[in-house]
Amino acid sequence: MAILINQDTRVMTQGITGKTGQFHTRICREYANGRECFVAGVNPHKSGNIFEGIPVYANVIEAKEATGATVSVIYVPPNFAASAIEEAVDAGLDLVICITEGIPVRDMLHIRYKMRKGKTLLIGPNCPGIITPDEIKIGIMPSYIHKKGRIGVVSRSGTLTYEAVSQLMEQGLGQSTCIGIGGDPINGLKHLDVIKLFNDDNETDAVLMVGEIGGSDEEDCARWISRNMKKPVVGFVAGVTAPPNKRMGHAGAIISGGKGTAQEKLVVMEECGIKVTRNPAEMGKLVKSVL
Amino acid sequence: MKIHEYQAKDILREFGIATLPGAPCFSVDEAVEVARKLGGNAWAVKAQIHAGGRGKGGGVKIAKSLDEVEYFAKTILGMTLITHQTGAQGTIVRRLLVEQSINIEKEFYIGMAIDRLKQQVCLIVSSEGGMNIEETAIRTPDRIHKIFLDPIMGLSDEDADRLVCKINFPKYFETEVRLLLQNLYQLFDKNDATLVEINPLVITTDNRILALDAKMNFDDNALFRHINIIELRDFNEENLIEIEASKYNLSYIPLDGNIGCLVNGAGLAMATMDIIKLFGGSPANFLDVGGDATVEKVTEAFRLMLRNPGLRVILINIFGGIMKCDVVAEGVVRGAQETKLLIPLVVRLEGTNVDLGKKILIESGLPITLVDNMADAAQYAVTAAKIRE
Repeated sequence: MAILINQDTRVMTQGITGKTGQFHTRICREYANGRECFVAGVNPHKSGNIFEGIPVYANVIEAKEATGATVSVIYVPPNFAASAIEEAVDAGLDLVICITEGIPVRDMLHIRYKMRKGKTLLIGPNCPGIITPDEIKIGIMPSYIHKKGRIGVVSRSGTLTYEAVSQLMEQGLGQSTCIGIGGDPINGLKHLDVIKLFNDDNETDAVLMVGEIGGSDEEDCARWISRNMKKPVVGFVAGVTAPPNKRMGHAGAIISGGKGTAQEKLVVMEECGIKVTRNPAEMGKLVKSVL
Repeated sequence: MKIHEYQAKDILREFGIATLPGAPCFSVDEAVEVARKLGGNAWAVKAQIHAGGRGKGGGVKIAKSLDEVEYFAKTILGMTLITHQTGAQGTIVRRLLVEQSINIEKEFYIGMAIDRLKQQVCLIVSSEGGMNIEETAIRTPDRIHKIFLDPIMGLSDEDADRLVCKINFPKYFETEVRLLLQNLYQLFDKNDATLVEINPLVITTDNRILALDAKMNFDDNALFRHINIIELRDFNEENLIEIEASKYNLSYIPLDGNIGCLVNGAGLAMATMDIIKLFGGSPANFLDVGGDATVEKVTEAFRLMLRNPGLRVILINIFGGIMKCDVVAEGVVRGAQETKLLIPLVVRLEGTNVDLGKKILIESGLPITLVDNMADAAQYAVTAAKIRE
């Protein structure tokens, strides 16, 4: 059933009355089973409103109880986004996808600490979202580049993920699920968490893992793969040419104290048996080569 | 965002952490005057730049007389200070901190930073004060002690006391240091800091505990709620072109190559730089126009890139998602026209409204090379740059 979401998933949009929330909820509804999937919106000041047929509730709990939605997607502005995540966590949702970019890291530290006790999973923030092609899309990725298939994709980037997907398509390879985990230093699901899910998913044959400079997620994930992964994984890490101590766009993409270089990550991944390429135009071909 | 040592010390004092009496100075006369007012018979004259390793680079001197204060102030103000953190080009010193000098009994390291893996604030203490903590971590890792903090509770009394004991801080100071560490977390949390370092924290020969040096970084995403910290920003310490770019919400970092890159998305922008290098070329910049690029933004991005006289070719790599290719194309046409572009321009467009985007580029009549994928774009750019060098 792919991972995390499928055509039976029911979703609420937090921030449905904002420009971004409206725009993307509309597009997500038009995709595959979206009309059935997107069932509620949340805005504390606009409860009772209807957005293009979607009822708006005062809070997450009300939306959940009224519609049975267990997943939320967040488009609220950065200074309110952590509270929105907290509300979804308090309501006991299964999965929260936070698209918002620019959330203060302190807010994320506080919410992530709280989330240790609960069951709610978080994708993002500062991410394109998640798509199970031909079933459901929750996020901002272009719909038409995807097709159902058996390759899992996990990435820290947005547009680089689209690039990766389009290369898969050139090779005739569809995707089981594609997840952008986001470019912030403090986030929800990591490469490792997603890889584990793909490992257990009987609709995924191989995984493409796209990383970037900063932190040690890719290395941690690679070590787990070398011991446990039953499927081929191939990888690319962006930023071999990135200078140290410069934040490369994403808050999390920085080489500091000599740690988090792309070269280091690629070496560890190779040592762990992951096929990697240093050419970002070869990601699709590399996946094809291991099937 | 980074701030200067003297500014960081003001914040430390706000949170009850003692520092030496001193004041910032912008001229030699001011430095002598500050020293005279402070009194005593020795003073530290310290360069204020946003980089560590100032002492080793010759930016920190101890003056034994007012004449020496004058001499060192003259030497340091205006000098180009090169340290392991400034890079080879160094940083011009425009501000000084003049402080009383003291006699040190013992030095310690205190730091707080965000640990990405644990997703918590990490308090780091070491008996090896004054040293570069990264070097200490390699040479004597057993002398570094870490604890991860509960974001609400901060540092407990027991944990604080245990740490104080581990770095052999005299028992006599236990309560004072416990309070200091707890206050430091308050400072970190309340101000949205991403890094706070006191290196060294010292015990003086007359039994006082003082922060002798201080370094603080703050989260750019949280500055909206800290007007007091925004006011501390020193534009002289930042790259002019990066400041200019940030006004337009463009993420721009100059590099030393000759191929200008204009890309949407940080990951794809890095990958574009990587493939240029892989094909034997050299990127002139990192430039992420973001997901909400407008015609104005793309035009501005052109202007920024073209300030670099060494630019030989421009490569545009766009994978439109939220951002529509036709909007980018209009920006590219406008940018090329307004800047009277004379160097080759290679464009790879993909994604939302791609056909419309390509049409706009072709109909513009501009000498644009349109390619279908990233590899072709890089290959073309690298070749064109080589021919023109």
